[in-house]
Amino acid sequence: MEHLLEMRDLSIDLYRGKRTLPVKLVEGVDLSIGKKRSFGVVGESGCGKSITCSSIMGLLSFPLSVGKGSSIRFACSDGQEVEITSLSPAGLRKLRGKEISMIFQEPMTALDPMYTIEAQIAEALSFHTAMTKGEMHDAALEMLRKVKIPRPDQILKDYPHHLSGGMLQRVMIAIALINNPRLLIADEPTTALDVTIQAQILDLMNELREGYDTSVIMITHDLGVIAETCEEVAVFYAGQVVEQASVEAIFHETAHPYTSGLLQSVTSLDSAQKELYTIRGAVPTAGNFSPGCRFADRCSRCMPVCKEKAPALTQVAPGHLCRCWLHAGAENMGKEEAV
Amino acid sequence: MSEKKILVDVQELRTYFPIQGGVVRKTIGHVHAVEDVSFQIREQETFGLVGESGCGKSTTGRTLLRLIQPTAGRVLFDGVDLSALSKEEMRKKRRDMQLVFQDPYASLNPRMTVRRLLEEPLVTHFTLTQGELEEKVSWIAQAVGLAPEQLERYPHQFSGGQRQRISIARALVTKPRFVVADEPVSALDVSIQAQILNLLMGLQQELKLSYLFISHDLNVVRHISDRVGVMYLGRLVESGPTEEVYLRPVHPYTQALLSAIPKRDPSQEKQRIHLEGDVPSPADPPKGCAFHDRCPRCMDICRQQVPPETEPEPGHRVRCHLVQGA
Amino acid sequence: MRSLVSTLRDLWKDPMGRIGIIGIFLLIFMAVFAGQLAPYPYDGIGMKFQPPSAEHLFGTDKFGRDVFSRVLYGAGVSLEVGIIAVGIGAGFGYLLGLVAGYFEGWTDRVIMCLMDILFAFPSILLAIFISAVLGKGIGPTMVAIGIVNIPVFCRTVRAAVISAKGLEYVKNAQSVGVRTWPILVRHISPNVVAPFTVQATLALSGAILTEATLSFLGMGIQPPDPSWGSMLAEARANMARSPWTALFPLLFIVVTILVFNILGDALRDVLDPKLKV
Repeated sequence: MEHLLEMRDLSIDLYRGKRTLPVKLVEGVDLSIGKKRSFGVVGESGCGKSITCSSIMGLLSFPLSVGKGSSIRFACSDGQEVEITSLSPAGLRKLRGKEISMIFQEPMTALDPMYTIEAQIAEALSFHTAMTKGEMHDAALEMLRKVKIPRPDQILKDYPHHLSGGMLQRVMIAIALINNPRLLIADEPTTALDVTIQAQILDLMNELREGYDTSVIMITHDLGVIAETCEEVAVFYAGQVVEQASVEAIFHETAHPYTSGLLQSVTSLDSAQKELYTIRGAVPTAGNFSPGCRFADRCSRCMPVCKEKAPALTQVAPGHLCRCWLHAGAENMGKEEAV
Repeated sequence: MSEKKILVDVQELRTYFPIQGGVVRKTIGHVHAVEDVSFQIREQETFGLVGESGCGKSTTGRTLLRLIQPTAGRVLFDGVDLSALSKEEMRKKRRDMQLVFQDPYASLNPRMTVRRLLEEPLVTHFTLTQGELEEKVSWIAQAVGLAPEQLERYPHQFSGGQRQRISIARALVTKPRFVVADEPVSALDVSIQAQILNLLMGLQQELKLSYLFISHDLNVVRHISDRVGVMYLGRLVESGPTEEVYLRPVHPYTQALLSAIPKRDPSQEKQRIHLEGDVPSPADPPKGCAFHDRCPRCMDICRQQVPPETEPEPGHRVRCHLVQGA
Repeated sequence: MRSLVSTLRDLWKDPMGRIGIIGIFLLIFMAVFAGQLAPYPYDGIGMKFQPPSAEHLFGTDKFGRDVFSRVLYGAGVSLEVGIIAVGIGAGFGYLLGLVAGYFEGWTDRVIMCLMDILFAFPSILLAIFISAVLGKGIGPTMVAIGIVNIPVFCRTVRAAVISAKGLEYVKNAQSVGVRTWPILVRHISPNVVAPFTVQATLALSGAILTEATLSFLGMGIQPPDPSWGSMLAEARANMARSPWTALFPLLFIVVTILVFNILGDALRDVLDPKLKV
């Protein structure tokens, strides 16, 4: 397998009742993540970005489940390939923490308030290695130094409530990286933090990526965070990938009207215009998607075909995918004007 | 722009919260939530207040409306000293000064229909006939973009953006002159934020409003504000015309804050000023300049003396020892 | 507040609410028309320990009194004691809780200190003590059970008021300039209704049980006045010989409590529109 992770036709079902058909929260997601890459997943709340990434960890539980025909293949460090959707709970446990780890939006609730920082790092270590207590202590100390925590020997003895949000997120990163995983999933890691602390954490993550062989999936709603940390981006809307490209292409050769709407509607330091561009209406909820393009009734460039038939994800330029009728015939019709 | 009349004049405002401890609930200290804050809001202007969580910007907003009692200092509203008013006089004054809350889910009574939510402020402050009441409600509903049939629904039947419209309508239905908007778009999705910001700016023109716009989002504040104030640990460290502060920040904290915003352009060069450590506790602020222990340009004097307010440019005020007298 | 009519209409739409309403209506009907419905006077003596038959629907007790008639009359006594006692407890408790919760400070501390003292006594002992001071009979029993119930209501209401005061929409109302009284009525009271109703249903069943205990101990309703509690107490000695003398009053106590609980639950659903889709 040439990639680290290959997701094919992933769908995620939400069961609302025993006899009713499940609602598809996520549909037809194909993602490939290379080794040592940083991949951004961006979208608004409820677009399915978080559950898609949770499915990589095998963290979905009833009423959520991965739909039929979905495949998530992962290349382990020992050269083996595993199919995550068919792994046993024991197989998943071996994967989590060792091969794939995750950091969350709220570090305060992700750590156990009853144990010291050292105990929590040691716990992460003890699952996958056979170290003595002394070795674990040294490893934990070393790791805290790497995430640039001041006075690491003191912090090891502290409990989570002694630390600030920024410090806790550093501890979370330390725990996530201590087993040298192949993939780190960061689910809105800086959303709960202040700007100056967010800057510290993003810089730290960028720096650490140099020293580790770890690929990162960055889930966020903030295009600024994407621009600063990612090489490749997938834009989610209503449970689908609507655009996927390199970060430069997403920002400078935007193809999908939704992406361009997002880019224009966020206030930016450089914009001088007073009236903000807006995407009209609100995000549709799962189960109420239109049979055509899911963005059609909010789109400023909607055509008759958009309301009738769902567009497919097609290539508009090498490595640049877009799910839009404006680009459906791009190859035949020659160069489409930039949106 | 300085020709406009000053509507709200905040003078040396201080808000302390007691910290109680022990069995007998003795006051053992104070949280200095707002410490010596002064600024002016002019008619039909927006004053943006930015800062990180816990810097006291929300407390400033609420103290200004006297929803929290100030410990010291004055707030003059159109020349009237609010702290000198009796409770009942202050209550009547609220018709002219309203608050828009951050969370439209929690700040609307779920048991009241939109119509009743919009009628309540009117009934509280005016004596109106049923016809006048209906007329005013449908006027404000139209102004914020709510359809007439939506008036009979309950708040939980609306999306986040729609609810924030209801909140705004409720705050504006008495035609106030001054509105404190406390993080009004922070709980909303990006594509919805723009709708609400446009609405707020449109209504400002239409109703000749003055805003105090509180937010942690520096981009949003720049977009909507005529003037901004930057708060750190309860103190207003820098204030002035928006473009002036954003383009030529003087205080090291403002500079660091602005450089910390993720740039929405992957090809742009990143030059970031690193701030070490965390914000100190407002219960035990550092001596001298509150920012000195994180400041990359800290001097000896910063550790000992609170910097005085200086005015390097007209209307641009800074509290920093680096700036020498005005 | 919602109007009583619309609350009842919504309650009727809910199957559980309908059961509750019908149940309560039947109980009240029984209590009010006991004199017309009962085939015998409640103290009429006849054949002892008759099992249920066409003549004596629920049989007769150790004095040969018709159990069916006594149960009908007992419904009145039990409901009267329960409702008035809970009324006393809920009324005072609501007032004290509202004052303590809204104004806080020293008012709160004094009220809650008194409540804690009242609460510290085992409720049965307290009721016995109050009955001993006030005397026996139906009136003192109601007052005693009422006083015992005050602290529970006070605490429930105070807790609901304090948590409602922290709600953003209550702060919103304050920032709009709404007066204290409308804030209490419009924004805070609806949050008290749900826990208050549930507490009232529990207290009603509790009051009926306390009344039975007091009557059993000879401190409550005095023979030959029929109450389900005293009937149960009287039947205790002959349980093996004539189970019906205990079974029917017991059945009515259980059904009454069940009906009040069902009604309370349905009422809570109706009063909380967040559950409606």
